[in-house]
Amino acid sequence: MRSGRYSAWRLLREGLSGHRGWGPAWRSPEPQRHYDVVIVGGGGHGLATAYYLARTHGVRRIAVLERGWIGGGNSGRNTTIIRSNYFWPESAALYDFALRQYEQLSRELNFNLMVSQRGLLMLAHTPHDVELGRRTFNAMRLNGIDAEWLDADRILSEVPSLQPSRFPILGGVMQRRAGIARHDAVVWGFARAADSFGVDILQGTEVTGFRTDATGRAVAVLTNRGEIGAGAIGLAVAGSSTQLADLAGFRLPVTSYALQAFVSEPLKPFLDTVLLSPATGCYVSQSDKGELVFGGALDLFPSFAQRGTPPILEQVVAGLLEMFPTLARVRLLRQWAGCVDVVHDSSPILGPTPVPGIAINCGWGTGGFKAIPAGGYLLAHQLATGQPHPMAVPFGLERFSTGRLIDEAAAAGIAH
Amino acid sequence: MKPPLLASRIEATMHLIPCPYCGPRAEWEFQWGGEAHRPRPDLSADDATWAQYLFERRNTRGPALERWVHRYGCGQWFHLVRDTVSHEVLAVYGVEDRPPDLVVEPTP
Ligand SMILES: Cc1cc2nc3c(=O)[nH]c(=O)nc-3n(C[C@H](O)[C@H](O)[C@H](O)COP(=O)(O)OP(=O)(O)OC[C@H]3O[C@@H](n4cnc5c(N)ncnc54)[C@H](O)[C@@H]3O)c2cc1C
Ligand SMILES: [Zn+2]
Repeated sequence: MRSGRYSAWRLLREGLSGHRGWGPAWRSPEPQRHYDVVIVGGGGHGLATAYYLARTHGVRRIAVLERGWIGGGNSGRNTTIIRSNYFWPESAALYDFALRQYEQLSRELNFNLMVSQRGLLMLAHTPHDVELGRRTFNAMRLNGIDAEWLDADRILSEVPSLQPSRFPILGGVMQRRAGIARHDAVVWGFARAADSFGVDILQGTEVTGFRTDATGRAVAVLTNRGEIGAGAIGLAVAGSSTQLADLAGFRLPVTSYALQAFVSEPLKPFLDTVLLSPATGCYVSQSDKGELVFGGALDLFPSFAQRGTPPILEQVVAGLLEMFPTLARVRLLRQWAGCVDVVHDSSPILGPTPVPGIAINCGWGTGGFKAIPAGGYLLAHQLATGQPHPMAVPFGLERFSTGRLIDEAAAAGIAH
Repeated sequence: MKPPLLASRIEATMHLIPCPYCGPRAEWEFQWGGEAHRPRPDLSADDATWAQYLFERRNTRGPALERWVHRYGCGQWFHLVRDTVSHEVLAVYGVEDRPPDLVVEPTP
């Protein structure tokens, strides 16, 4: 690594010499005229794709093109929940693969992703919630994913700060291996590791078009910094997927919405797990700094604005207060939104596109942070071999004409 | 002076949508009803055509033609031309009307 290996010993040494020895974690090179693979989008998925292309497939000449700064999209705007409590076997395999990577990636990338497996508890507030929760719990067990059904007493003893009133707690599904990770660290960790393999990370580089050859194959991207030739092109641009597809000449089953996140002022630690309450429309965790990080449903209409609207703000705050009425006087520190790429069945799109030479990774919607290692690994496989990885096959675009959708509405719901 | 309640502060910042029947009303009375002017294919159309109709979206960034319903109001459907970046409402027109001249007719 150009920035040198990070370790406790290194920290001590640099500390003793006034922290003047740390190099930048990645270079800012000039674009080359041609790369074996060009990846559009410098979020977690794009950077992880570059990393796995270099590490797993030995591809050497790779560029990641990011129109702003890396992690400036949804990867730097999410509420950092990682989990694999999905319903269908295809999804469970995908998201648990990602979770297993997260469990060891800090070591692999030599970058502390601050993975905290503090568990995620999905609360059931009505008899119907209990039935659905039991169904999720059973599906998870059948899929080989760790899951526990907790009754109300157990929940109130594990999370004593809960003060249910209008929404009594009847039980809940706990995934202990779920939790949170630091979003920026995931972006920076993959960027630094990719850079160490020679990947060119080109920030401030916006793709404005594609050039195709006589056979219709995309062979170059047009950018504000000139044309860049590409042996293969991967798109990982989340909420901008439709616009890139428009430039390339195909359509996607994607609608872009704003999804908001909220952070309170810091409080003493009182919540050591991730709570999710579909009935009140809110999920919440407490950061190491003591801030409550919380969110809820999508905004009410499609938007590219990257800022949320008040009705959802009020609904989510109200949901939080249903669970913790004592927080009524706590102030909000920050609120923001990202532009998320929502697909009808709440499952991602992975694989080739109708334009030869272009493969895509999108449609993660409200829940793709947890999937970054999987999305990167699978897009890398597609770009390196020209074939979808078996794990990605069910998530191809053709599912919309065969009708073989993977409906994860319940698992995606407000649970991001 | 007592600070205003959260709810009234939110009401004051609420995005207004012009219902052609009731006039401007707060956004949460309305429901977005999808992209406008999407002719349903013939029943004998092939799977690819149906997939296009059912799933593919223009997902316009900028002025978009949309169907809306005043769900918690008069219950009527109508069309909006709405900028999906600024959220500005550029035009309102009836549920059976063609889009006004200010927008280019979309390709289906
Ligand atoms: C508020 C919020 C909360 C969320 N909470 C969670 C959560 O708790 N758990 C979870 O798993 N997921 C969560 N998500 C979803 C998650 O953030 C996303 O699914 C994930 O980050 C997508 O990563 P990405 O790399 O595909 O996209 P992004 O990180 O958005 O990266 C795409 C990049 O492409 C760039 N780009 C776009 N157009 C171009 C162009 N023409 N040329 C060059 N570059 C371009 C953008 O600038 C952007 O940086 C949340 C999302 C939001 C908004
Ligand atoms: Zn009305």
